[in-house]
Amino acid sequence: MLLDIYEPGETPLPHAGDSDRAAVGIDLGTTNSLVAVSVNGRPEILRDALGDGIVPSVVAYLEGDDEPVVGRVATRILEREPELVVASVKRLMGRGTGDVASLGGHLAQKIRDDGQGGMVRLDVGGRIVSPVEVSGEILRTLRQRAEMVLGKTVDQAVITVPAYFDDAARTATRDAARLAGIEVLRLVNEPTAAALAYGLDQAAEGLYAIYDLGGGTFDVSLLKLEKGVFQVLATGGDAALGGDDFDRALAEHLIGERGGGIAAGDVKPVLAAARRAKEALTDADATTIDLDIGGRATRHTVTRAGFNALIAPLVGRTIAAARAVLQDAGVGAGELSGVVLVGGSTRVPLVRGEVTALFGREPLSDIDPDEVVALGAALQAEALTIGSDTLLLDVVPLSLGLETMGGLIEKVIPRNTPIPVSRAQDFTTYQDGQTAMAIHVVQGEREMVDQNRSLARFVLAGIPAMVAGAARIRVTFTVDADGLLTVSAREALTGVEARVEVKPTYGLTDDEMTGMLRASLENARSDVVTRLLAEARVDGRRLILALDAALASDGELLSVGERAGIEDAKAALETAMTGDDREAVVAATEALEAAGRPFAERRMDRNIRRALSGVDVSRLESRLQAG
Amino acid sequence: MGARLMAIEITAPVSCNSCGGQIEDAICGGCKSLQPPGQLDHFARLGLERDFAIDGQALERAYFAAQRRFHPDRFAGRGAKEKTFSLQHATLINEAYETLREPLPRARYLLELEGRPLPGEDGKTIADPALLMEAMEWREALEETAPADLPALKAKLDAELATVEGELALAFAGHDLAGATNQALRLSYLSKLGSELRRKAAPRIAVP
Repeated sequence: MLLDIYEPGETPLPHAGDSDRAAVGIDLGTTNSLVAVSVNGRPEILRDALGDGIVPSVVAYLEGDDEPVVGRVATRILEREPELVVASVKRLMGRGTGDVASLGGHLAQKIRDDGQGGMVRLDVGGRIVSPVEVSGEILRTLRQRAEMVLGKTVDQAVITVPAYFDDAARTATRDAARLAGIEVLRLVNEPTAAALAYGLDQAAEGLYAIYDLGGGTFDVSLLKLEKGVFQVLATGGDAALGGDDFDRALAEHLIGERGGGIAAGDVKPVLAAARRAKEALTDADATTIDLDIGGRATRHTVTRAGFNALIAPLVGRTIAAARAVLQDAGVGAGELSGVVLVGGSTRVPLVRGEVTALFGREPLSDIDPDEVVALGAALQAEALTIGSDTLLLDVVPLSLGLETMGGLIEKVIPRNTPIPVSRAQDFTTYQDGQTAMAIHVVQGEREMVDQNRSLARFVLAGIPAMVAGAARIRVTFTVDADGLLTVSAREALTGVEARVEVKPTYGLTDDEMTGMLRASLENARSDVVTRLLAEARVDGRRLILALDAALASDGELLSVGERAGIEDAKAALETAMTGDDREAVVAATEALEAAGRPFAERRMDRNIRRALSGVDVSRLESRLQAG
Repeated sequence: MGARLMAIEITAPVSCNSCGGQIEDAICGGCKSLQPPGQLDHFARLGLERDFAIDGQALERAYFAAQRRFHPDRFAGRGAKEKTFSLQHATLINEAYETLREPLPRARYLLELEGRPLPGEDGKTIADPALLMEAMEWREALEETAPADLPALKAKLDAELATVEGELALAFAGHDLAGATNQALRLSYLSKLGSELRRKAAPRIAVP
C-alpha cells in the first residue's frame, strides 16, 4: 500500500471502510486483553456475540488437542486443571529463569530451566512452550475475533506495552505478533494510548500524568502535549505490582484471621473471595466474606478502612514511583494540566484518593479504565494507516549500558532519552595482545551489573594484537521508534572491521522463531470454526468430568434406570466429541445436562440436609443470615 | 519552518533516490519519496541559526515540526528503504534536539564546531586558579548548609547559573572563544553542583 504524506492540516478525509483489510489496536494485558478498531476517529471495542469485550489472557493446553484454548473457557479450566493452563504470561515476556525466582502462583511450578539460558520455558501438562508462543495464542484469538466481527482480514495492529517494558520484553511481544500473523505497525506505550483515547492530542496542551494500575503491572508516565505531538518526558513504575497484589494482601489477612493455615489448593477460592470483596468495597463501606474451605466455614467482615490499611503500603509504592517520575522530569505536581487513570485497579477508592492528593486535582476517569488503552491503540492504528497529525515521541524507559571492568556499568543511553536514538562509546583492550572482547549489554538504573537486566552478550573477535589500550572498539547502541535495541561493535583504529548484531539474551533465536512460525502455519486450520469446536469440546469435557465425580460420590441417589439414562447421554456426548460437528457436540452436551438435572437436584438436597444436621438452632440462624 | 529546513538541507542539485528526478527537498517533489539525511550540523538540521542564545520554545517548535515530517510513524506504510531513511532522519533530529536543549551541551557543542572542544570537566582539571577557588567555595557551602537552608542556597545557585548563561551568550555573540570556554567550565561545575544539591534536598526514591 502506497501512502502519501501530507503536511499538517492537509490530511485528506480517511477512506477507511472501503478496504477489505483493517488495522486494529490491541491491549495485550497481564490479566485481560482487548482488541478495538477505529473508523473515522471513533474507536470501538470488538466484542463477542454476548457483548463481552474482554478476553482473559489465559491459555489452556489440553491433552490430545493441537489447538490451545484461550480466554473465558481457559479461565474455567484454570480452576479445575491449573497444570494445563498458563495465566499472566506477560510477566514472563523476555525473562530468564533467574528473573522469575520470586514469581509465585501457578506459573512458578511450570517454569523449566533447560540450562541453556535464554527465555524461560513452561511445562504445561508435558508440553514445552515459550511465553512468546503463549502470547501468540492470545493475539491469534484477538485477531480471529476482529476478523469475525469486522468481516475483514486483520493482519496489522498497534500493540500496547507497559512504558516500563525493557528491550527483551518488547522484542518478545513483536515475536508473538509474528507468530499470530500480525504485522506490528507500532508498539505503543500503554499510557500514551490512554492519552490518545481521551483525545488529549486534539484538545489539550500541557503536561499530563498517566497513572496505570492494572492487574499485574504498574506504570506511571509523564506526557507533554503540544500541537498534536505526544512526548513521553519520563516514565517509571513496577513491572510486578498490581491489583492482584491487593487481592493477595486481603487474602493473607483473611487466612491469618481464620488461623490454622490453609492447603495450597485452597488459596484460589480465598483469592477469588478477596477480589469480590475488593470490588464490593469500591462502593460499600464494609462487606462480609464467607469462606468454606477444608470443611471449616468462617465469616469475615472487612471495612473499607481496614482494606485501605492492608493495601496502603502497595498504593504507597505507586505514589513513590509517581513522585520519582516527576522528580526525574524536574516537574512539580502543580504544573500538570491533568491526570488520567488507567487500569481496573484505579477503581479502588484509596488509589483514587492518593492520586488526587499527590497531583492536587481530580483525575480523568470517564472512559472505562479497562478499555481505554485498547481504544487509544485503535486510534493510533488508524492514524498510522491513513495518516494523522498526531505524533508519538517516546523515550528509552530504562538506561542502556555495558558491563565494564569489575562488574560496573557504563551507561551509553540514559533513560528518558528520546527515541529513535543512536549512541556510540569507545572502549579499549586491557591486556597486551588481546584479540577479543566480551561485550555484555545491560539495562537498568543500578550501579552494578548483577542488579540490572542482562539483555545480550556477544564477543567481538578478530581484533589485531596490539599493546593494551591501543585498540579502539566503538560500540554503537541503536534504539528504533518501537524501543527495540540493536548493538554493534567494531574495532576502528586499524581499519579492521568486525561487526556483530545482537539478539537479546532472553529473546528467541532465529531458528526457534522459524520453527514456531512453521508450526503456526501448519496449524493454520485454526480458523473460527475449529476454535468454536474446540470450545464446545472443552465444555463437554468439563461436564463429563463433573458428572463422573458426582456419580462416584453420590451415585447411590440414582436408580439403575436413571443411571443408565445418564450413561447413555454421556456416551452420546463422547461420540459427538470425537467428530468435527460443533452443533452435535453442543446438542449432546445440553442433552447430558438435562439428563443429569434431577440427579443434581437430589444431590443438592442431600448436601443441605447434611450441612444442617448437627447444627444447633442459633448457629443455623447465623448461617442462614450469612447465606 | 518546513521551507527553511529544505533550503538548508540541499546544497547542490541532487537526484531523487527513488525516481531519479531532480529534488529540492528531503521529500522528492515528483514521487513523494523520502531521501536519506544529509550532513548537517544540529542547528541547521532544525532550521535554526547557529547561536548560543536560542529561544527554548522556538527550539521545541522546530523539533516538533521536523519530527512531524520525518518520524518513522509517518512512513509506516512505505517501503524498507524509506523506513530506514526516516529512522535515520528521526535519530539525527533527536540528537540535535538533545544537544541543543540544555545550555551546557549546547555550549560544549558550539565550542566543538569551532574546533575548541572543552577540556576535561571532572572538576579536577580546572586550571584557572580563580575558577578553582570559586568551585571550592561553592562545594564547601553545599557541604555546610543545613537541610533547612538548602532552598536559599539553591536560589543563589540558580541566579548564578542564569548569570553564567548570560555571559556565555555574550561571549559567543562576540566570538570570544576563550571567554566562552571559561564560562562553559563554570557552567559545567555549577550544573554538577546543582544536581548534587537536588539530591541532598530530595533523596532519590529508588525506582524498583
